[in-house]
Amino acid sequence: MAYLDLTHLVKTFGTNRVVKDFSLGIDKGEFVSLLGPSGCGKTTVLRMVAGFEGPSSGNIVIDGQNVTSLRPNQRRIGMVFQAYALFPNLTVAQNVGFGLKVAGMGREETEARVTEMLRLIGLPEKGPSWPFQLSGGQQQRVALARALAPSPRVLLLDEPLSALDAKVRVSLRNEIRAIQRDLGITTIFVTHDQEEALSISDRVVVMNGGVAEQVGTPFQVYNQPSTRFVANFVGTLNTFEAEVEAPATGDLRLGGVPLSLGRPLSAAKGAKIGLALRPEAVHLGRAPGREVVLPATVREVHFMGSVIRIKADAAGTTVSLDTFNRPDTPPPAVGQASEISLSAQDIILLA
Amino acid sequence: MMMRLMSWTALIFGCLYFLLPLIGMAEFSLKMRRGVYSLDAYAVVLADPAFQATFGYSVLMALMTIIFGVLLVVPTAYWVRLKLPGARPYIEFITLLPLVIPAIVIVFGYIRMYNTSSWLPLTGSVTGTNILLMMGYATLALPYMYRSVDTGLRTIDVGTLTEAAQSLGAGWFTILAKIILPNVLVAVLSGAFLTFAIVIGEFTMAALLDRPAFGPYMQLLGANRAYEPPALAVIAFAITWACMGLIQLVTRFSKHERARA
Repeated sequence: MAYLDLTHLVKTFGTNRVVKDFSLGIDKGEFVSLLGPSGCGKTTVLRMVAGFEGPSSGNIVIDGQNVTSLRPNQRRIGMVFQAYALFPNLTVAQNVGFGLKVAGMGREETEARVTEMLRLIGLPEKGPSWPFQLSGGQQQRVALARALAPSPRVLLLDEPLSALDAKVRVSLRNEIRAIQRDLGITTIFVTHDQEEALSISDRVVVMNGGVAEQVGTPFQVYNQPSTRFVANFVGTLNTFEAEVEAPATGDLRLGGVPLSLGRPLSAAKGAKIGLALRPEAVHLGRAPGREVVLPATVREVHFMGSVIRIKADAAGTTVSLDTFNRPDTPPPAVGQASEISLSAQDIILLA
Repeated sequence: MMMRLMSWTALIFGCLYFLLPLIGMAEFSLKMRRGVYSLDAYAVVLADPAFQATFGYSVLMALMTIIFGVLLVVPTAYWVRLKLPGARPYIEFITLLPLVIPAIVIVFGYIRMYNTSSWLPLTGSVTGTNILLMMGYATLALPYMYRSVDTGLRTIDVGTLTEAAQSLGAGWFTILAKIILPNVLVAVLSGAFLTFAIVIGEFTMAALLDRPAFGPYMQLLGANRAYEPPALAVIAFAITWACMGLIQLVTRFSKHERARA
């Protein structure tokens, strides 16, 4: 039995089923991201764990205690919101100490804990400041300290980085992860940003239409997407149509070029099937170990610094491919006829 | 240049429009002793035990009304914003009713409903009548109190702050007392100030419920004396302005409010 157990959660608003039979077990100390487009039900799941929404059916168990019918203030959870939600009438130290005061902790103990938390988030001198005197990133760190101060059983992060600018977003997400590891606190992180989810999590839950499409490590979700939605939503994907030549051996024909997946297929001979490839699995030009070679025409070149993203026409479709910048090789010219090569084992078969 | 001149003219005209009657009144209030300016009228008013008693009574009633109004309006406005946003137009309509229903109608209704032979004989005792009067004052102040508190609530993210406090273990009372009320304090104060002004000057309810309030005293004095009423009016103005100054002072002292302005 997991530390935090969500079983068969259903949430209906009127006739709209936002969450449909959602089950998930989260181990103690695990960092799990709920990833999905807006309206996929990820925030609703989080709010049900927090107690702000009651599930239409299903159970939420934390550490063996069924909390489904408990009010939010009885659940001992910490929550960080997208809009920071610091109390504007309280100083930073009073904000961090709010939960402790509510819990009836003594003054000296509270002060010690507040000092400790402010040191943890790297703002030890900001105790007497007012929230409005802090930058967005600092406010969100204070919100994190406030949520963590009463030692909650579960930490819930509701898109905490979405309101911040790009640079702060990356540094703060690393910081959140470091603090989470440090404290070993069980954490659910809701985001619509796949890079965020992949980089920060032990496990990612990709949600769509109120159900969990796939649950797995970031590596699994990215490299072995179980559904077409997951493959498309997580990362950039090139999709191809190929014709099945021999289902038993997995022989296909892609844009006139034969290739073998080396595994049996369920599709019949002559049927069209969908293939997908990550941009980094496609190589411009020939390379050892990439046995499938397709003629291609370069259409767009985006030089982004360390990475060059190229779009090329091949096998009747537009293919995105990423190459690393090398100081001795300038990027290809637009309109240039070329070749792309790929390896059959990198191919993701789309259901 | 022409525009500047015209706007200055308009400003000066406006100032004269408001100030001249005040100056005239103040000047007249100083003329009790023939031929010289003196504060005799003020001395007479302030020394009058009836003034002290009625003014003290009205101030006390105003404070009670403010406390009652805050306890009634802040949780209501908060709850409506949080849970019943659809009900806001109806609540606003109800809170505006005291503006269109004359006080005399309300007080007659009270007397009919709570007289000594009714199910709740509030008018049967002094305390009961005081409570009834306070309720009446709160009703009269409701439009101003509710509007200012509701406007104050608009400046904060009520929903998220509530959820943040709940996730930290706070119950409803803590949320209202520690988070919501302090954040709308300036709005509550401006509502309280209006309530104070209404209660101090109110005549109808106090007269019909036969309570020794300041309003009936002013009326009595105005009907019988020459120099004292303007002196009383000047005193009333001074109190009003002092209240406004106090609000400014409180705003100045609450640091987090300064940032928002």
